[in-house]
Amino acid sequence: MVITDDLLTQHGISESEYARIVGILKREPTLTELGIFSVMWSEHCSYKSSRVHLRRLPTKGPAVLQGPGENAGIIDIGDGLAVAFKIESHNHPSYIEPFQGAATGVGGILRDIFTMGARPIAAMNSLRFGPLDSIQNKRILEGVVGGIAFYGNCFGVPTIGGEVVFSKCYSQNPLVNAFALGIFKKDQIFYGRAHGVGNPVIYVGAKTGRDGIHGATMASAGFGEDAGAKRPNVQIGDPFMEKLLLEACLEAMHKGLIVGIQDMGAAGLTCSGCEMGARAGTGVEMELDNVPQREDAMTAYEIMLSESQERMLLVADRSKEKEVFEVFHKWGLDAVTIGRVTNDGLLRVRHHGEVVAEIPNKALADEGPVYERPMMPPQSTIPAVAAHHPHFDLYSFLDGCEQRTIDAFLNADQNTGGQDYNQLLRLAVRSPNLSSRQWVWEQYDHMVQSNTMLGPGSDAAVIRVKGTGKALTMTLDGPGYRIARHPREGAKLAVAEACRNIVCSGGRPLAATNCLNFGNPEHPEVMWQFSEVVDGMSEACNAFQTPITGGNVSFYNETFGEDIYPTPVIGMVGLIDDLSLVTASAFRDSGDAILLVETVERQVGKVNLDEEKALQRFLSAAIRNKWVKSAHDLSEGGLAVALSECCFSNKDRKAIGASIDVPSHLEVCRDLFGDYTSRIILTTTEPNEIKRAAELAGLNCFQLGTVGGSRLVMNYEGTRAIDFAVDELEADWRQGLPSLL
Amino acid sequence: MKFGVVIFPGSNCDHDCYYVVESVLKKPVEFIWHQDTSVKGFDAVILPGGFAYGDYLRTGALAKFSPVMAAVRDFAEKGGLVIGICNGFQILCEAGLLPGALMRNVGMKYVCKFLHLRTETTNTPYSNALAKGQLLHIPIGHGDGNYFAETETLSRIESNDQVVFRYADADGQISRDANPNGSLNNIAGIVNERRNVLGMMPHPDRSSESILGSADGRLIFESIVNTLVAK
Repeated sequence: MVITDDLLTQHGISESEYARIVGILKREPTLTELGIFSVMWSEHCSYKSSRVHLRRLPTKGPAVLQGPGENAGIIDIGDGLAVAFKIESHNHPSYIEPFQGAATGVGGILRDIFTMGARPIAAMNSLRFGPLDSIQNKRILEGVVGGIAFYGNCFGVPTIGGEVVFSKCYSQNPLVNAFALGIFKKDQIFYGRAHGVGNPVIYVGAKTGRDGIHGATMASAGFGEDAGAKRPNVQIGDPFMEKLLLEACLEAMHKGLIVGIQDMGAAGLTCSGCEMGARAGTGVEMELDNVPQREDAMTAYEIMLSESQERMLLVADRSKEKEVFEVFHKWGLDAVTIGRVTNDGLLRVRHHGEVVAEIPNKALADEGPVYERPMMPPQSTIPAVAAHHPHFDLYSFLDGCEQRTIDAFLNADQNTGGQDYNQLLRLAVRSPNLSSRQWVWEQYDHMVQSNTMLGPGSDAAVIRVKGTGKALTMTLDGPGYRIARHPREGAKLAVAEACRNIVCSGGRPLAATNCLNFGNPEHPEVMWQFSEVVDGMSEACNAFQTPITGGNVSFYNETFGEDIYPTPVIGMVGLIDDLSLVTASAFRDSGDAILLVETVERQVGKVNLDEEKALQRFLSAAIRNKWVKSAHDLSEGGLAVALSECCFSNKDRKAIGASIDVPSHLEVCRDLFGDYTSRIILTTTEPNEIKRAAELAGLNCFQLGTVGGSRLVMNYEGTRAIDFAVDELEADWRQGLPSLL
Repeated sequence: MKFGVVIFPGSNCDHDCYYVVESVLKKPVEFIWHQDTSVKGFDAVILPGGFAYGDYLRTGALAKFSPVMAAVRDFAEKGGLVIGICNGFQILCEAGLLPGALMRNVGMKYVCKFLHLRTETTNTPYSNALAKGQLLHIPIGHGDGNYFAETETLSRIESNDQVVFRYADADGQISRDANPNGSLNNIAGIVNERRNVLGMMPHPDRSSESILGSADGRLIFESIVNTLVAK
């Protein structure tokens, strides 16, 4: 077969990359080999544009057992236990086919976790959509949420948290980032390594079909008008199959039958085969005739590149091949030996006995091209929505709002007189980015496995760890607007806020995973954003001592040439040392004092890391001293919205009111709704202890008022700015999202 | 006293039920594989929640053919205690061990949330630790929990006092707003005529410890323990 220029273009391989391939092979590649190189050297698998920058992220720390490079990062949580966790994007498939795209995104991240031997015990997801005034965006939202529910619920993992954000820039390019976390004993970790020359390479799980061929390549290009034609590139998920695969893999692992294992995700059999060989320094030889196939007459090219879901490749101890089969057959699954581990370092693929590919594993997995792409700051970092108002940044939740809401707030900000702050609060709690996400998370089983102490809607989700008296806490954070405005500061803010959420729930942040969603890396402005974000994230992760243990980069999030906001999502994981420290955000009892604690310098869109650390240390100590009955991080919508959220009902009790005097600094609209950094509200029966401790920590502390009654009342300089029956306000908050559907 | 928790392919609350019996009730418990043909030695058998066989055909429609179900039927016919939670309830209806059927929720979506149940009868092995009218704070998590029975069957189970739990509001009123899935008469849980087989959509296994938001579900398990102790 002659390799033509057309063929190279179709495979997204540049001229210089092709020259490299010929150099490695010392001959022209076969078509199958070209396909293999194209997926392994795609942006999605090779990180060719991001690698030079990712090296700057901190990845080591006392708790880290496994950093980036494996299927998931692993941290030590004490008691002989460890957790594996990672976040991954499934943006492009979710635009083309929202339900299956999101479902298989969940499936993929769950496999990354249990392939290491950990049982998944929590899932979260970070979702971004265009505004719901378009039918297409509604369809995408409903499909994505339905797909996540379909997969996670059936599999039996609780979906305990996440984010849903609306902004215009995601209209043609939704973001679907799926996070999963699993738990296991520290001495029972499995790796994707093909050790032991002569050991069998065993294929388990679903049969291989023609679905998803070139999924990784698709995820490495932007979308034009032919997006619909790419639908066959999206795979179909089977959560029941995955559940069986989970149980069978864990059983085989616990019986000591498995040497190495890796799931077949992006780039399928190709990726798992060459990566396992590369990590172990071995070769992998396989005969494709033995691969279970769902369709007739599949070519070697198709079998190697298929992204059919719910498949794993494992290397077993050669004396235990039969026992492996027994375990998988017990669970009703296919398990077939398709090859052997060899000592020559090559991925050797045979089809009908003939060698169709023979490539060094390391060349595919480790020696892909690395680019230092040109970088250039954009001319302006002000999104169009904010262009005409200097104070837009104070109210970043307005990004995603209707024009009349934007106007109402910006007019009030200018203090044009006669503002109805009750009405503004109602608009805020109903707005797309601040209203209740109950419509979304009620569709997710967030309680299965009976560990959920704080579920969706909390600052951070909390699950107890059975048998330890401890709990894990986790949160996702990706303030796209803030990062677009100032990539480096915004990235610091994302890390700081994620840590703050963990601390509010009573935990200590331990480590993080990141999902870096960006536009086209061939645009110098995008690479500049990427580099700035990596630097900001590194600085903040170093400050909080929360290394990044792994993650995912998603480039080419653009449609018709428009890049999305740079949207890095941080998945932070922490530990709560004692169940009695678990702290919720909701107000608890009438008469409790409400306090606002904040850093001395008020900032917007930026964070002073030292002061932020002081704030978090203060809160952590106050919780340990058992002074804190509830704690809530202030974020978009400012003080007024945060106080409202604390009043709303939750599973333990009905809505409860509060009476507040708002400390006046600037101007009423900004003091009520302005989104300043590094602030928390907490309730306590020990206000004097709190004030003393805050003062010692160099923080500002205001006693705002008390919990109680059925109304939320906020006074500002002696006048009643807000006075609302809490259950009415809550109804607005709960209806905000459903009313748009 | 020994509890058994059946594992079907796709069960996903098997470990949750096991944990409640072992760590909360502190009673002996073992898993039962769906291909086992006997449940000998067990005093109460739990069919847990989940998605047996993926629920791909119809909830419970394939699980009823698992070999263990013949043994469970036999066990129930001899008066053994069988409790089906969520998917377990669906399987018991499909297997004919309980009357009626569970259809798609009227909202057409899966719903996971805490709600209230009103105890309708204490005259069962599953509710003897409760008071009539007692409200339980307990979660649901299902897509097919819409209880349906033909008029005749419905009036029979109502008049036989077979309805154990109904969905209620926080004040104990049986209202349409309190009904999460469209179930007839707000039915959340029923027993068979002999009163030894219970099916319920809500999850007592997720509400037996106060750190999870409620320990009310524990009273249902304790009723079983009371019954077995009295035997």
